[in-house]
Amino acid sequence: MSAARWRNAMKSGAQSSNVGRPNFSTQATTASSRDSYAVADSATVFSRVQRSVKPRHLLVASVALAFPFFSTPFFTFQVMSQSLILGLIALSLSFLAGYGGMVSLAQMTVAGIAGYGVAVFGTSSAAEISLGWPWWVAVPTAVSVAVICATLIGWLSVRTEGIYTIMITLAIGVAFYYLVLQNYSIFNGFQGLRELKPPTVFSVNWRQPTAFYFMSLFCAMAGYFLVRYIVRAPFGVALQGIRDNPRRMEALGFHVVAHRVAAYALAGLIAAVGGILLAWYNALMTPGSVGVSWLINMLVIAVLGGVKHPIGAFLGALIFVLLQTFAIDVIDRERFNLVIGGVFLAIVLFSPDGLLGLWAKLRSRFGPNQTITTTQRRMT
Amino acid sequence: MKLTTRVWTRTVLSAATAAALAGSVWAQGQPVKIGLLATLEGPFAAGGADGMRGAELAVKQRGGIVAGRKIEIIKASSDAKPDVAVNATRKLVEQDKVEIMVGPLSGGEGIAVKDYSKTQPQVTFINGASGAQATTLVNPSPNFFRFNTEGAQWMMGLGKAAMDKGYKRVMVIAEDYAFPYSQVQGFMAEYCKLGGKVPEKAWVPLGGKDYSSVIAKIPKDVDALLVVLGGADAVNFLTQYENAGGDKPMLGGSIMVSQDILNYKGKRRDSLVGTISAGPVADAFEGAEWKAFVADYQKNYPVSAGGFPSPSLFAYVYYQNMKAALDGLDAVKGDLSGGQAKYREALSKMVLKTPTGDVRLDANRQAIGTTFVTEVVKDAKGNLTTKVLRKVDNVEQTLGMKAEDFKIGSRDVPACPT
Repeated sequence: MSAARWRNAMKSGAQSSNVGRPNFSTQATTASSRDSYAVADSATVFSRVQRSVKPRHLLVASVALAFPFFSTPFFTFQVMSQSLILGLIALSLSFLAGYGGMVSLAQMTVAGIAGYGVAVFGTSSAAEISLGWPWWVAVPTAVSVAVICATLIGWLSVRTEGIYTIMITLAIGVAFYYLVLQNYSIFNGFQGLRELKPPTVFSVNWRQPTAFYFMSLFCAMAGYFLVRYIVRAPFGVALQGIRDNPRRMEALGFHVVAHRVAAYALAGLIAAVGGILLAWYNALMTPGSVGVSWLINMLVIAVLGGVKHPIGAFLGALIFVLLQTFAIDVIDRERFNLVIGGVFLAIVLFSPDGLLGLWAKLRSRFGPNQTITTTQRRMT
Repeated sequence: MKLTTRVWTRTVLSAATAAALAGSVWAQGQPVKIGLLATLEGPFAAGGADGMRGAELAVKQRGGIVAGRKIEIIKASSDAKPDVAVNATRKLVEQDKVEIMVGPLSGGEGIAVKDYSKTQPQVTFINGASGAQATTLVNPSPNFFRFNTEGAQWMMGLGKAAMDKGYKRVMVIAEDYAFPYSQVQGFMAEYCKLGGKVPEKAWVPLGGKDYSSVIAKIPKDVDALLVVLGGADAVNFLTQYENAGGDKPMLGGSIMVSQDILNYKGKRRDSLVGTISAGPVADAFEGAEWKAFVADYQKNYPVSAGGFPSPSLFAYVYYQNMKAALDGLDAVKGDLSGGQAKYREALSKMVLKTPTGDVRLDANRQAIGTTFVTEVVKDAKGNLTTKVLRKVDNVEQTLGMKAEDFKIGSRDVPACPT
């Protein structure tokens, strides 16, 4: 895509998501009437919805909504809710990696900061540490703190590229792990903080499997659509430009560092919501929840699913959770980690783009002649 | 082609029928499903594997049948992290539908599983090897039972042994988390009461490598050091203390004076002779039942098959808890009806016969049992081994204090600096 078209894309503001496609809004603009513009705009929204919603989307949505009514509480809670939550945190990583070209291992750390946040600001087993604020104060505060930390992490690491970004975010993650391990006045050290429960709101106990599932589903879908929206908005388009050629974008007048830091902040918001849900899911926060193994697991989930589309993170998380839960039944010995490692290896070996790449390959072989649409391709 | 397929199908079918018939002859009644959770990953992987061996030994001793019901063990693994342990337990309870749950191994896991057990009143939870005090002292769960003694109970008797040796002032060096807190408390509760002083406590991070600052802090006027470090930490400390020219006698925590430390090669090794320690097991205990247990373990799990030369603490404690689960089933003739009420009552009132003596439960379903005080000695071949100094029976979780006076051990509790 030429520089001129990039610039156009940036200038056209909210309409930029329709770059390169004939659409109503450009016609509406030429009609020059303010009112008809608004009408046409709503028509655009409607037609866009109509165009982008396909039968398979409705199928996935109805399965997701009906799932808890046909399943056991175990599957609803441990398999599906956990997948959605881990998927949400991995989504923040795949957003940064797939659209920003920045692989940050510190996303689990941001999630952990938010999780520790609700434990410290809200209520937990350690009454002398927790401030006991009501949830509607504690949760937003925890999210804000996590987003601020994510911004700082981004600000530190955006000046690096490639493997150095991985190294610096890994270093930050490990530093936070040792901080919570050895600090007793705020984080309660090795033992961490326990008995974190979602609040009872609207006389619904959100800890119940079905209620918790819907809460996770809502947050996961919000995160998913937020990312889908952002990557087509001017900000997301500029971010992808920066991913592909930062020097040219800088020459075009974009503030590369600011865009990247903003991307970290946005990813931090998604990770923070996931982190709070994860704290409520486990009902505790311990240093183990933000240890190196989890930092790496997030990368595994994102890569397993594929970073080219936001749904990849959730697919990866589902496979990850299923393997973690049921691999021990496949081989009834002390060797079940071999199954987990073997499956990961096979997926990455046969499809460098993860499960999404596998899906695209299958479709190009058996289905009608088209490949999976990533935003990247749609833009070119 | 078709013929071979049919023959093949028939063979499989008849084999399956035969197996099913054999199964029904084996045991009248439904099999009883028991979940078994230990750490097969992470820092306690070796201990977790040995814990599983211990639990299996208890099943084997009954020939895999209890009260006419076949015992079906479903295993799960964690990595010593509480969240992983709860996930694994939830899978066993809600997906595999076990009726009795045995596990987990480490302290933090134990507290988390106890919290979870409150949401599953239809299942009886029996501890594996976890030894956190809070599990049964703070908000105990009505369906969580622990037939092993914990960290503080394991150190009972060491305080008196130290006074007998003439150690009037002791410095504590221990890792900074719940288990060492409880161990230090078990020691100090008795030691302080007898007039001993602990002027200095050094809490070091788990997995620390550098002890030079701690060694520099050791006051000249202490008579001995109480070292509650595990595995590699203990070896690192001993090496650095030796290099710094330290010569104070030592008292060891329950997991300090184990065979891997005693086999450690170095000049300091000889100075370990005379180190006194305490714990729930003693390799050299002369009791006939203990010797039979060790022989049984060695026969079933020879070193060539991955077993340890002598059963580890984890193997023994898992054995003890699994044996309690099975003895309880036997006492109620395998009857788990009525929300397992009869079974739980039988467990609460049971006097468990173990290789180291009788174990009873207190009101919080926590074991009251035996502790051994041991001393490191050099045998005829020049190998270091432990010898039993004293056997302390009926150690309670409150260490002989009144329940309302008892506070859970922490960095600052108890204290007797001057």
